[in-house]
Amino acid sequence: MTDDTAVDDVEIEEAPEDEIIVLAQKWKKKRGSLIMALHELQGRLGYVPRESAMKLGREMGVPLANIYEVLTFYNYFKLESPGKYIISVCTGTACHIKGSPKLLHGIEDELGIKEGESTPDGEYHLQGVRCLGCCGLAPLASVNGKVYGKQDVTNAHGLLEQVKQDQPMHVAAEATDAE
Amino acid sequence: MTNMINATINGVPVEVAPGTTILDAARKVHVKIPTLCKHPDLEATGACGICIVKVKNTGKMLRSCCTPIDEGMDILTETPEIVEVRRGVLELTLSRHPNECLTCLRNQNCELQALAADFGMTGSDLPNVVPDLPLDTSTRSIVLDPRKCVLCGRCITVCQQHQNVWALSFLNRGFKTRIAAAGDIPLADSPCVRCGQCSAHCPTGAIVEYDETVDVWNKLQDPDAYCVVQIAPAVRVAVGEAFGFPIGANLTGKIYASLRRMGFKAVFDTNFGADLTIIEEASEFKSRLLDGTGALPLITSCCPGWVDFMEKFHGDMIDHFSSCKSPHEMVGALSKTYYAHKMGIDPAKVFVVSVMPCTAKKSEIIRSKEMSSSGYQDVDVSLTTREFARMIKQSGIDFVSIPEEQPDHMLGAYTGAGTIFGATGGVMEAALRTAHYYVTGHDAPRVDFEMTRGLEGVKEGRLTVAGKEIRVAVAHGLANVEEVLEKVRAAREAGEEVPYHFIEVMACAGGCVGGGGQPYGATNELRSKRAAGLYQEDQAGLWRCSHHNPYIKQLYADFLGEIGGHEAHELLHTSYQVLPEYKR
Repeated sequence: MTDDTAVDDVEIEEAPEDEIIVLAQKWKKKRGSLIMALHELQGRLGYVPRESAMKLGREMGVPLANIYEVLTFYNYFKLESPGKYIISVCTGTACHIKGSPKLLHGIEDELGIKEGESTPDGEYHLQGVRCLGCCGLAPLASVNGKVYGKQDVTNAHGLLEQVKQDQPMHVAAEATDAE
Repeated sequence: MTNMINATINGVPVEVAPGTTILDAARKVHVKIPTLCKHPDLEATGACGICIVKVKNTGKMLRSCCTPIDEGMDILTETPEIVEVRRGVLELTLSRHPNECLTCLRNQNCELQALAADFGMTGSDLPNVVPDLPLDTSTRSIVLDPRKCVLCGRCITVCQQHQNVWALSFLNRGFKTRIAAAGDIPLADSPCVRCGQCSAHCPTGAIVEYDETVDVWNKLQDPDAYCVVQIAPAVRVAVGEAFGFPIGANLTGKIYASLRRMGFKAVFDTNFGADLTIIEEASEFKSRLLDGTGALPLITSCCPGWVDFMEKFHGDMIDHFSSCKSPHEMVGALSKTYYAHKMGIDPAKVFVVSVMPCTAKKSEIIRSKEMSSSGYQDVDVSLTTREFARMIKQSGIDFVSIPEEQPDHMLGAYTGAGTIFGATGGVMEAALRTAHYYVTGHDAPRVDFEMTRGLEGVKEGRLTVAGKEIRVAVAHGLANVEEVLEKVRAAREAGEEVPYHFIEVMACAGGCVGGGGQPYGATNELRSKRAAGLYQEDQAGLWRCSHHNPYIKQLYADFLGEIGGHEAHELLHTSYQVLPEYKR
């Protein structure tokens, strides 16, 4: 493992794996800096894929067991790609009273995933969040930061259609990414 | 003399060295404070709260396992208030523990169950909320049932700190905390080396051996099968603990008798295999030392946890490994060739069971195609001492009173050198006895090599054989290996003379007597007593050097031919390969 470091260094810009080497070099010598390295990794990739965690562990000399202890301890870290449409359904008090659990379940059924999961194609990630601070619009969801207020909690399908209509760039982006 | 701490526990004065915990100080005055997460081998984490005591002076409730006793402390360990707190802790622990005691392998041998009984835990108003987590049987050596986990962290400490394997960790936090293989993958895909120390330290049934007793019972009933069995050195001094014998009692003869009663047609002894290992390994050592036929230091390879660890973490040491198979594999291979041939039995019908102190042996028997050198799988099932104790109980054998018997000598007669294989340093000592003979042509005037004995993590020694200094090292507990291997690497890089000529490694603390498949409750005191049982047998034996075993001589004369020759290589030797730490 250590022998090919020198070769990898030449191609830093190309492969994300080499970014991990740079990242590891940067944080390796500072005690207790694993969390900072993971922060930076997630900042770049949106989540911490298993392969990257293993590579980082090897480069920093930290066992994977240790890395996963940190990754799963903090809610902030994601082990899976959060999806292109990040759907956050508000489960705060006002939204809850207005039936947001029903909306959440409706979206779960529509997408075939549970809260906290992503669809296998990586297209959608569904999460419940606490109050988004616009209770006047309850019940509401936000998708990639755009708020969808006063939802009909029985019509999750309609919400998803609306999102696709409003944010079509994700479909285009996905097509290019996939290639 | 340093200032001693004077305190009082339940009104009884106690004097201890500074730094002594309240728990240990209490023991000194014969007060037993209940514990759950604390294990004598491991540093206290204070995870469970059962060991709480009250400081009368301040009214504070403290966890005795991780609090050093202070000068003048007046400690109470058993008041109605303390008992109530402990019952509360237990009630909460039980509220997320499955009520499956009757169908759990730890039934009647569980630390949580014992506490629940001691504290008279009956019904609870709390709902029983057991996490819905899957069983991990992927290693077929160790079974993980995270639902039964009380989150004490013992397995993780032993796996990470003592074994340096890092296969286990906690995942998540709070109520969702659970034990899992590193990176949340099946244990078999993790760096796990199957040493089973996690299972030996688990207070409950959350980590147990992969039970294969039913397979053995079925084979024993099969009229077409010719079942033979062998027992490892360390089993004889540990199985008695399950039947109330004193720790370290050597029950070899009773074990043979019980195995015959169970229906085994031949009862062999892995100690014979140990003698055979020494013949081959000492000869390998001699030719590496004198003729330069291979890398030095030579490193022992009879411990499958260590072999797995080396293949995953120290692939650069492969050349140093002895090519000898472990003793039970040798006996397995010979059962289906030499023995079957001599007895006129179809080797396809021979079913070899080995009773081992070890969970890793369950994986070893299928580790490579060389484990099928007889043309069949050489060892069919490997049972742990714990499984064997259950089989004795199931069979209705009165183990306490059953008269002793002899083994089937063809693969069952052994020397004291074979017996001491079960303790750390024993393989080295046995090898030195025979290596001395091979190098000089005569036995050492004294065959006791004390430098290899005892529970020190790394033992070093030197001796002069035929004017040549031989340096040896013995390590046990996988974390202790690093120090020894680093010295070898440093010398190699600097182009200096090797720091050692011969290294013995056993994965488990204390060697096989402290194996992951042994009866529960191993502490250093207990490991020492088990080892003492082996050394006593060695001292008292007629033969103390492997090369004196007449049945080994006969084996070479009748069947194997030359030591280290072609036939020996086919049946008794193996090879190694670098393995990835993670399979995914």
